Amino acid sequence: MRSTIPRGPRMTLAPGKKKEKLDRLAELSAVRDDEQGVSLWREAMRRLRRNPSAIVGAAILVIFVLVAVVGPFLVPFDPVDQSGIREGVIKPGSIPGSSAEHWLGYDHQGRDEFSRLIVGARQTLIVGIVSTLIGLTIGVTIGGIAGAAAGLGGRWGRLIDSVLMRIVDMLLSLPSLLLAVSVAALLGPSLTTVMIAVGVVSVPIFARLLRGSMIAQANRDYVLAASSLGVRKSRIAISHIVPNSLAPVIVQATLTLATAIIEVAALSFLGLGNPDSTQPEWGLMLADAQVYLDVRPGLAIYPALGIIITALGFTLLGEAMREALDPKLRR
Amino acid sequence: MALLDVKDLSVTFARRGQRTVHAVDGVSFSVDAGEVVGLVGESGCGKSVTSLALMGLLPRQRGVSVGGSAIFDGTDLLQLDQRSMRDVRGRDVAMIFQDPLSSLNPVIPIGLQVTEVLVRHRDMGREAARKEAVALLDRVGIPDPQRRLKEYPHQLSGGMRQRALIAMAVACQPRLLIADEPTTALDVTIQAQILELLKELVRDSDTALIMITHDLGVVAGMCDTINVLYAGRVVETARRKELFAGRRHPYTVGLLRSIPRLDAGRGEKLTPIRGSVRDVLPWTEGCAFAPRCDFRVDACLGEPPAMTPTHTGHEYRCVNPVPLSQPEEARA
Amino acid sequence: MTEVLMEVRDLKVHFPITTGVLFDRVVGHVKAVDGVDLSVPRGQTYGLVGESGCGKSTLGRAILQLTPPTTGEVRFDGVELTKLPANKMRGMRRRMQMIFQDPMSSLDPRQNVESILTEGLAAHGIGAGRTERRDIINKTLDAVGLPHWALSRYPHEFSGGQRQRIGIARALVLGPELIVADEPVSALDVSIQAQVINLLDELQEELGLTYLVIAHDLAVVRHISDVVGVMYLGALVEEAPSDRLYREPLHPYTRALMSAVPVPDPEVEDRRERILLAGDLPSPANPPPGCRFHTRCPWAQPTRCASERPVLRDVGGTKVACHWAEQIAAGELRPHEVRVELVRPGDEGEAPSVVSAPSEPGSYV
Repeated sequence: MRSTIPRGPRMTLAPGKKKEKLDRLAELSAVRDDEQGVSLWREAMRRLRRNPSAIVGAAILVIFVLVAVVGPFLVPFDPVDQSGIREGVIKPGSIPGSSAEHWLGYDHQGRDEFSRLIVGARQTLIVGIVSTLIGLTIGVTIGGIAGAAAGLGGRWGRLIDSVLMRIVDMLLSLPSLLLAVSVAALLGPSLTTVMIAVGVVSVPIFARLLRGSMIAQANRDYVLAASSLGVRKSRIAISHIVPNSLAPVIVQATLTLATAIIEVAALSFLGLGNPDSTQPEWGLMLADAQVYLDVRPGLAIYPALGIIITALGFTLLGEAMREALDPKLRR
Repeated sequence: MALLDVKDLSVTFARRGQRTVHAVDGVSFSVDAGEVVGLVGESGCGKSVTSLALMGLLPRQRGVSVGGSAIFDGTDLLQLDQRSMRDVRGRDVAMIFQDPLSSLNPVIPIGLQVTEVLVRHRDMGREAARKEAVALLDRVGIPDPQRRLKEYPHQLSGGMRQRALIAMAVACQPRLLIADEPTTALDVTIQAQILELLKELVRDSDTALIMITHDLGVVAGMCDTINVLYAGRVVETARRKELFAGRRHPYTVGLLRSIPRLDAGRGEKLTPIRGSVRDVLPWTEGCAFAPRCDFRVDACLGEPPAMTPTHTGHEYRCVNPVPLSQPEEARA
Repeated sequence: MTEVLMEVRDLKVHFPITTGVLFDRVVGHVKAVDGVDLSVPRGQTYGLVGESGCGKSTLGRAILQLTPPTTGEVRFDGVELTKLPANKMRGMRRRMQMIFQDPMSSLDPRQNVESILTEGLAAHGIGAGRTERRDIINKTLDAVGLPHWALSRYPHEFSGGQRQRIGIARALVLGPELIVADEPVSALDVSIQAQVINLLDELQEELGLTYLVIAHDLAVVRHISDVVGVMYLGALVEEAPSDRLYREPLHPYTRALMSAVPVPDPEVEDRRERILLAGDLPSPANPPPGCRFHTRCPWAQPTRCASERPVLRDVGGTKVACHWAEQIAAGELRPHEVRVELVRPGDEGEAPSVVSAPSEPGSYV
């Protein structure tokens, strides 16, 4: 038998012994040999499928995304068209409510509330995703560098980590509202401003989460084992440490999406968002509706409900994912 | 009359979507006053769950069900309600756990944890309890006990923490002490100290002790009677010397043959038990050890074997036990 | 005369204790390994034994340069490892591998077995293509008794014993000459331990491996080692061929250690004499002056023990670090009545006599 190992002691085993070993093991092992291995992700998906709150959360999200993507093509009316004023149904003190044609009635500027709600969903989705992405990318970059440096870099690595974390701490110490207002003052009120502000506020969370997770993983034996095999440190960081550190970050991202939507709505409510209220966005709609609470409370309730339910969906899914990915709960 | 008589104890854990686990599946043993009884087995054999069931410390959830009886001095421990069990715990029956760091409250000083037991069960006043606590800590060999009263668990070493736990356990002079792997987390020289301490305490106050461990060496030095557990049932029980000299059950034999011994020579082959603890047959289908047993015969599958009694009190659960005249390797 | 494969000279690993907010300031050192000399002959097994805090694991990692030594030399097949540049050291790693204690945490849960085994091959460029690598891996799996379909599985789908075999396979796949096994069986069930011990024995025979086995379980070390070294607080206190050490331990600590290990035989347990050590291990950040063991030693003498650190010297074929080794062995020195708890068990039923030791302040941590 030609040995394919270049150097070192021989690696062959006497045929009789080998068969004995395999027979013993095969006979007793319960795992069948035609199955594929089940990775941790697969197992997490399995557990998610069985979790009722995960199913509810996922369902809400699917509906939300469908509405956001497809809805605007199917709305009965143009959300910007102030038909109500043209038709003369909007009078001071009276805004018509639900009717056969306008399912949720008109808003204070005579536009179809239902259509605005549907189109607003898309805007809200975009806003939530973009602001979370901003926070995620910046936070993960900072946290990743800090974590890799602290875990693998020795003395200089720990210094880099210290410096980066102090910067993050400074960000963290600013109250988020103050930060948002400052960003708005810098950039001028617009939806982009609000998204950037909300994104920046979530940077420290992601940074600390990933960094902490990576440092914890860097102390594990399998990292040491990879070093002892002779694998380069950069490879260890990328192919071992990072994949094992991502779980809490992913969970946090779903939860942040939920709060981002709410925060963007809040900032729009405060007037830091898009001053042009023709484009519907749930937070803005909520802001505009506060004057008309006595006349048509529905104008506030509908977008509020939308925000709440969507945030709930993300939260349910995020919590369920955290449970599913938790190694302690494994079989 | 035995101090504790456990009959057919069973504990099942049922979770939605998963197989029901029969952690304990018909365990019976008895403990006399002042006796040291060992429960020996590997992980998964049910020994820890047995002790938790006896102490009423199993989680109170829907899927957890306990069966059988455990008569302690006339009362069935398994039938007691929470309140009565709390009275029994600490006063009549006390437990020592494996990991002292997680069994002691990390934010309360040691002294307070000991006096708490005294105040609760012996109705002592603060000052009297403190004096007694100092005496107890001294009794278990903690040096400078006055100073230690104010210290927190993390300021003590592992051995000292375990001694503190033992002090709390014997504070009320219980009649039965249950020690669940008390020395597994400790170094071997510290283990020797703790085991010596336990022996002393048991002897001096005539307390009965249930020693739960996976280490056959520990039971060889400590116990009067030994019960070997496998897959939730007792498979062999005997007095100390008889178990080692005249072992019959293939699992006991397998264990003893596979453990490296300090007094054996270099290069003496170990004979491991085939397979792993996962290769187990449910007791309803025959003998749980059958998949790994070298002495398996057809009668082993189908009916669970019953305990075969002998006149010496040595019992084993096997229809084809290891013959008594089996030649053993000579030990130096 | 067998050649020496690996030699360690005056190895020290001191971990700095630091405080500080941004810049670390060193306020002390934990002397985990404090001057160790040992040599491992090719093809043999050296067992390193000791309790927690003695530095044996740190020594194992320092030898493989996974923890950089503070001072000292590590010579592998004549090559001085501490002076090698990083890339040459990586190349050397092929020849010396490590097996870890906890099979669960030493395997990356996101890698399947094939990936685990290929990683080492890829890092060193072994095996021209996928088929060649597969071939090597399959042979390795055969050697450790794992079936080929294990390749697509993930660590959590295996039992503890099987995972340890995967760890052994990972170490073997590069064809090393030296394997450092750090507590290879202590995380396994009793009945599985024997399987893995036998496997290691077989592999040594077939492949001509050299082992450094680090363990706290004296019985396991006894079984598998040719030479045994006993460590206490960062230093070797005794080193002898396996049989001799267990038959005639010379160092007081070794004697205490031996007497403390439980033996599954009631006759032996009843007959043996126990030497109970007082108190706990001193802190490695602040080891006692002179002989490190003198604060707990039942044979400590007023001269030399507290002031002079004993060197490892040859006493009749055993290397021992004790000023009074010969006198203790000959029975000229009696153990202290004051320091030690000596228990001589009588027959069953009789209360043994105990000489209790009043504690000395400062000897406990």
